Amino acid sequence: MENFFTRFRKETIVAGILLAQIILLAMQVQVTGNTTADPNQKITLIRSWAEAMVAPFQRATIHTGQALRAVWSDYVDLRDVREENEKLNAEVNRLRLEQARYQQDAAQGRRLQSLLEFKEQLITHTLAAQVIGTSGTDLSRVLYVDRGSNDGVMNGMAVVTPDGIVGKILHADSNRSQVLLINDVTSGAGVMLERQRIKGVLKGSNSGRPEIINVMADEKIEPGDKVITTGGDGVYPKGLSVGTVESVTPDKERDPFLLIRVKPAVNLPELEEVLIITEMAVRTPGAMETGSGSGTTRAADLLSLRLPSAKKKVDETSATIGTATVTPVVNPLVPKSTDGKITAIRPTTTTTTNIQTENKSNAAGTDKKKPTDPVTVPKKQTPDGRDSGH
Amino acid sequence: MAVRQVSREGIEVFQFHPVVVVLVPLIALYLQNTLPVRFPRFALFDLPLLVTVFFAVARRNQISGTVTGCLIGLVQDSFTHQPLGLFGIAKSVVGFAASSIGAKVDVENPGSRLILMFCFALLHNAVYMWVARGLAQLPLPWNWGERLGSALLNALVSIVLFHYLDKLKRRR
Repeated sequence: MENFFTRFRKETIVAGILLAQIILLAMQVQVTGNTTADPNQKITLIRSWAEAMVAPFQRATIHTGQALRAVWSDYVDLRDVREENEKLNAEVNRLRLEQARYQQDAAQGRRLQSLLEFKEQLITHTLAAQVIGTSGTDLSRVLYVDRGSNDGVMNGMAVVTPDGIVGKILHADSNRSQVLLINDVTSGAGVMLERQRIKGVLKGSNSGRPEIINVMADEKIEPGDKVITTGGDGVYPKGLSVGTVESVTPDKERDPFLLIRVKPAVNLPELEEVLIITEMAVRTPGAMETGSGSGTTRAADLLSLRLPSAKKKVDETSATIGTATVTPVVNPLVPKSTDGKITAIRPTTTTTTNIQTENKSNAAGTDKKKPTDPVTVPKKQTPDGRDSGH
Repeated sequence: MAVRQVSREGIEVFQFHPVVVVLVPLIALYLQNTLPVRFPRFALFDLPLLVTVFFAVARRNQISGTVTGCLIGLVQDSFTHQPLGLFGIAKSVVGFAASSIGAKVDVENPGSRLILMFCFALLHNAVYMWVARGLAQLPLPWNWGERLGSALLNALVSIVLFHYLDKLKRRR
C-alpha cells in the first residue's frame, strides 16, 4: 500500500480530495421533489443513494423467500389439511352464531351513538405492504416496507396489523418507505387505558418495551390492562389496540407520575406484513346501521381482509380491534359532521362508497382506487414525519 | 492466545482485488439490514464493523482504514433514522485504531483476533454512544450487559468470518 501511494501520490491525493468533497456534498445536498412523499421534505443524497442501492436486492430476496415458502406450504406440505378444514368449519358455525348476537349489540350501540351524536373514525383505505428490511441495529428501530409514494404512501401515515399498531411512516420514498416503530426512543403516540379511560403518552424505550408516561392514576392500574389509541395524535385511528400493561412503577424522573411499561400487541421484531392506513374518515353512525349489513366495514374486518398471514388470527384479533372501534370516544379534535356523512381526514379525497366491496376488489393491496363520492372536509393529519405525540 | 508483538518488518501487508473491496462491505451492509427481518437477534451483530476491522488490519494503513470505516459507517447511518455520521465517526475511529494496531502486532491468529475484535467492538459502541449522546442528544443509555454481550458475539463471529475473508487476501 505504501508503494501504491508513492507511485500514484498525486492521483491518490486528488482522489482523496474528490472523495472527501463528494462525501461532504452528499451529506449536505438534499433531494426534493417527486421522489419523496412530501414535496417539502428533503432527503440527503447519501441516504437516497444507499436506499436505491440496497432496496432492489432486499425486495428480491424477501419475495423469493416468500415464493419458496408459499410453494412449500401451498403444494407440498398439506398434511392434516382435511382434519384442520373440518375443525375450521365447526369454528365458523360457532362464530356465525356469535356474530349474530354481536350484530344485535352493535346495532343497539349505534342507535345510542346516533342519539348522542358520537363521532367515530373509520379506516376507509389501507395498503398491504411487505417488510423488506430493517436498520440493522437495535439503536434505531425502523423498518423498510416495499410501498412508497408511488403507491400513495405519505409521511406520517399510520402502520398497523390486525393485532394492533406498529408505527408510522417516517419517510416515503418512491418505491419503499421507512417505518418508525412505536418502541423506538424517538417515537410517540397518544394512548389510553381501556378500562380506566386514563390518557397518556406512549414513548419508546431502549429496552424495546414502550412506556406510557405522564399518567397520574386515580384508579388502580394492573398488569394485563389493555391499552388502546386515543386518536388524538392525528396519526393513529381511535381505538386500535396498542398492547397490555406489563408493569406499573413510580416514574423516578417525573416524580408524582407513573411509568407504565407496555407489552405491544404486535410482535414488532418479527413483522413480515403490515397495513398502511392511507385513508381515514370521521362520521356519525346512522341509527339504522346493523354492522355487516350496512355496507360499511369495521376496522377489524378491514384489517383482517388485507393481510394473507392474518387470516388465521382473524377470530382472536378482530375482537380486539372491533371492540375498541365500536365504542368510540368523542375526540375534540375531530371536526363536526352531519349525520351519516363521512369526513375525510387523509390528504387524498375520500368516499362514502361501500368499503367492503372496495376491500375485496383490492385484496392484492396494489390498488389506488379513486373515490367518487363527495368529500366534506379536507385532511386533518399533518404528514410531516414528526410526532405530534398525544 | 496472547497478542504477539512483532517488528514492523515482520508483518505482512495484504491487498485486495478492487471488486472484493467494494463487494464485501456491500454484502455485509445488505445482510445487516435484511437478515433481521427474519432473524431479529441478528441485530446484535455488526457485520459492517467486522468488515471494517478486517480490511483495516489486513492493509495496515491508517488512512485507508479510516476512509473504509468512514464510508461503511456513513452508508450504515443512511439506513437508520438518526443523523448521518454516528456510525461513520465510530467506524472511522475503529478503522484507524485497527490499522494502527495491525501495523504493530500480529493479528493473524484466532486468539488475538478474538481479543482485538472484542476490544474494537467495545470501542465502537463507546464512540457511538458518546457521539449519539453528546452531539446528537439522543437518549441512549449505556447498558453494560448488552454491550459486552454484543462485543463478545461479534468477536466470536469474527474468527469464522475472518477465516473465510483471509482467502481473499493477496500478498504484496
